[in-house]
Amino acid sequence: MQYSQLSTRICIPYAVSLQPKTTWNRPKFNNEKSTVGHCTRVPRNANMEKLQSGYLFPEICMREFEHSQKYPQAGLIRLGVGDTTEPIPDIITSAMAEHAHALSTVQGYRGYGAEQGDTALRKAIAETFYRDVGVKANEVFVSDGAQCDISRLQMLMGPNVSVAVQDPSFPGYIDSSVIVGQAGMFQDENGKYENIVYMKCGHENNFFPDLSTTSRTDIIFFCSPNNPTGYAASRQQLQQLVEFAKANGSIIVYDSAYATYISDESPKSIFEIPGAKEVAIEVSSFSKFAGFTGVRLGWTVVPEELLYLNGFPVIKDYNRIVCTCFNGASSVAQAGGLACLSKDGYRALSAVVDYYKGNAGIIADAFASLGLKVYGGKNAPYVWVHFPGMSSWDIFSEILEKTHIVTVPGRGFGPGGEEYIRVSAFGQRERILEASRRLKNLYK
Amino acid sequence: MSLLQHLSTSISSSSSAFLVHSNFNSRTKNVSLQAKRNGICKCVAAVPKESQTAYKTNVSRNGNLAKLQAGYLFPEIGRRRAAHLLKYPDAQVISLGIGDTTEPIPEVITSAMGKRSEELSTLEGYSGYGAEQGEKSLRAAIASTFYSNLGIEDDDIFVSDGAKCDISRLQVVFGADVTMAVQDPSYPAYVDSSVIMGQTGQFQKDVLKFESIEYMKCTPENGFFPDLSGVSRTDIIFFCSPNNPTGAAATREQLTQLVKFAKDNGSIIVYDSAYAMYMSEDNPRSIFEIPGAKEVAIETSSFSKYAGFTGVRLGWTVVPKELLFSDGFPVAKDFNRIVCTCFNGASNIAQAGGLACLSPEGLKAMHEVIGFYKENTDIIVETFNSLGFNVYGGKNAPYVWVHFPGRSSWDVFSEILEKTHVVTTPGSGFGPAGEGFVRVSAFGHRSNILEACKRFKQLYK
Repeated sequence: MQYSQLSTRICIPYAVSLQPKTTWNRPKFNNEKSTVGHCTRVPRNANMEKLQSGYLFPEICMREFEHSQKYPQAGLIRLGVGDTTEPIPDIITSAMAEHAHALSTVQGYRGYGAEQGDTALRKAIAETFYRDVGVKANEVFVSDGAQCDISRLQMLMGPNVSVAVQDPSFPGYIDSSVIVGQAGMFQDENGKYENIVYMKCGHENNFFPDLSTTSRTDIIFFCSPNNPTGYAASRQQLQQLVEFAKANGSIIVYDSAYATYISDESPKSIFEIPGAKEVAIEVSSFSKFAGFTGVRLGWTVVPEELLYLNGFPVIKDYNRIVCTCFNGASSVAQAGGLACLSKDGYRALSAVVDYYKGNAGIIADAFASLGLKVYGGKNAPYVWVHFPGMSSWDIFSEILEKTHIVTVPGRGFGPGGEEYIRVSAFGQRERILEASRRLKNLYK
Repeated sequence: MSLLQHLSTSISSSSSAFLVHSNFNSRTKNVSLQAKRNGICKCVAAVPKESQTAYKTNVSRNGNLAKLQAGYLFPEIGRRRAAHLLKYPDAQVISLGIGDTTEPIPEVITSAMGKRSEELSTLEGYSGYGAEQGEKSLRAAIASTFYSNLGIEDDDIFVSDGAKCDISRLQVVFGADVTMAVQDPSYPAYVDSSVIMGQTGQFQKDVLKFESIEYMKCTPENGFFPDLSGVSRTDIIFFCSPNNPTGAAATREQLTQLVKFAKDNGSIIVYDSAYAMYMSEDNPRSIFEIPGAKEVAIETSSFSKYAGFTGVRLGWTVVPKELLFSDGFPVAKDFNRIVCTCFNGASNIAQAGGLACLSPEGLKAMHEVIGFYKENTDIIVETFNSLGFNVYGGKNAPYVWVHFPGRSSWDVFSEILEKTHVVTTPGSGFGPAGEGFVRVSAFGHRSNILEACKRFKQLYK
């Protein structure tokens, strides 16, 4: 539990290291049955055992912490975890404060909200993000964030479906798949889970998988703009993906959490592709768009047209999950969400997104000046830098040691991330500029 | 007609013999709700006509979801209420069904939430991702407020967005291969989450139970505490006290028995103490008051019914370090992993509210609101008593459990709704042993409670 004792600004959303050697006060656990105290006769969930200890982000946390202990005056710059740093515009926080105050009044008090979300917010999401693609308010399920929704979708799908992920990808897809029992055993020899199909996305294929060599799976997780590579799939590529899913009878779980970072004409939603409503679910979030990483708000779109093999609508089961395993996003966060989607709110947030994109540009330039191949950064707040032939953990360590900048080694996102590091663009401009200065001197 | 209209019309409760007349071409307005003798509508499992020619993926539906009999109980109550309002647009419908708080949240709490919201607009006050386990100060406040002197430490506390969500997260930790026991009747989320996780077999229509779940009957005859000598061993035992729906609060002796039972059987108790602050009598408020409980129990609780946080979303779960799986692995480590992978922390604003709840002023204010709901409960109890009913609960919980011997609880529910425009919850929605009972919630404005009781008196005089 030591990671939770780090300052909340360091510690991360995605996981905590539960390495067997992590000690507990009582009892000590060292891969051996405890000899003190009572053991229940409840077997540990075998799926939990399959998770590889030493999950990516806590290891980053640990390295960060150790480094700051070693060099307390170093002025550590955190471009590792993708945590937003800029204050939320007033128009949004005042809406949340107003809602909070209203809860103290007879007229303004609200109890349980609809589990699917506040009607006005669902409508605003549909109109803001899906106006021209025919997604209806009742297909929008408001949540406490994409990470939570991914797990709810996994519970929905159950253990007997097969899954494909991009390689590299956000570790939450794989981990949730393991937990639910879809993934099979981890294979040390190739760093992959035996039942998961890994769709390589590297500079060789311009970060879009070669679908002609991809095996069929029931579910395909696809993130665009991509975390960690920053690549935004083109309309043509997404058409291919939708055709692939249709031909295979698969369901795409499309993660569009970074859509508002898109600078070019790349589609912002899978539903821009004709036919996508019969094959795709889309998950998104206010986290990186509105700085809501701590406030907790997101949504998932499940089209009515999406049907299981037996014709049963996926949306009905998802609704059941949402009503049984969840109880709605916080009403205060939802009030904030509604303000985010007002004209003024959206405009103010676009300015913050532009600020982070400006950071990304500075970071990308810094690495490019070293003669390195730099990807991403244009349509996402992540810069993906290639160090051919090098171990990503080694690069991570070298950058940390020499410049006191925390990044994330690409290997942590899957075997396809080896040779790359991910650099987040969240941070105050002066820190980003300082990072840029240090990086330019990396090899001097 | 859209599939979603079907979705909204058709659902029946999770485990009861209730039939909704389902016609995929009908509008919501004309839903007729007929109770059928022993039929259970599986209308939600049927494939709508429209989709027979539509494109279908090749993905099989999760068989576990198919085992569920219909929609979750409380949305069904909501649907019935909405249908009733459509039928009687001028009726003053009073909702004593879903246990939803109604009174404003004390200002000391909402102003803390307002303040935290505003701070997020400042450089110094902005915070991004919080620790998934919750803010340290809140974990410490929960530990010291509810578990002082019980040996529960700050880092045994996991702050969440509510007990219902935690129950599902616990199910994810346990996985599909464990067996579970529930009280009968019980809060429907325990059974439903178990079905979804794949721990159960099929629903057995003859006994209205899911195969593989051990139902521990709790009735007036056994003082609403199960006869543990007749209960088979299961891995997990869900136990709620003060109980939803019966209102029964287990005594120290009973909980000591339960802990011993769990210890002897190597089981894990999931103890739901969401109503502990409603306790009038001197019963344990936490399972950890019982010696040895830390080796056998997890406790889950919530700010919902204490602070009116049903919409704000805040709760917690205690997983003691001493609680070990059969191989010695600490349960808390796996729970932590789930919290970090499948969740991302409760809203920081809700947590700021929670901290204010646990300040001296906040606690005082919460006690006042709880006291108000308890007075409501007394009024309801007194009403049904005066009408000659056998009435249970109400002393230690905001629920009154009224016995209608020999009658179908859905019939009583319908009768009360039709004749008094008061929404209650039929006991069979909580399990087969809830048949013959109706749960009346005590959340409401005083005037509504008084009016509802007046109407009950007219109906049953």
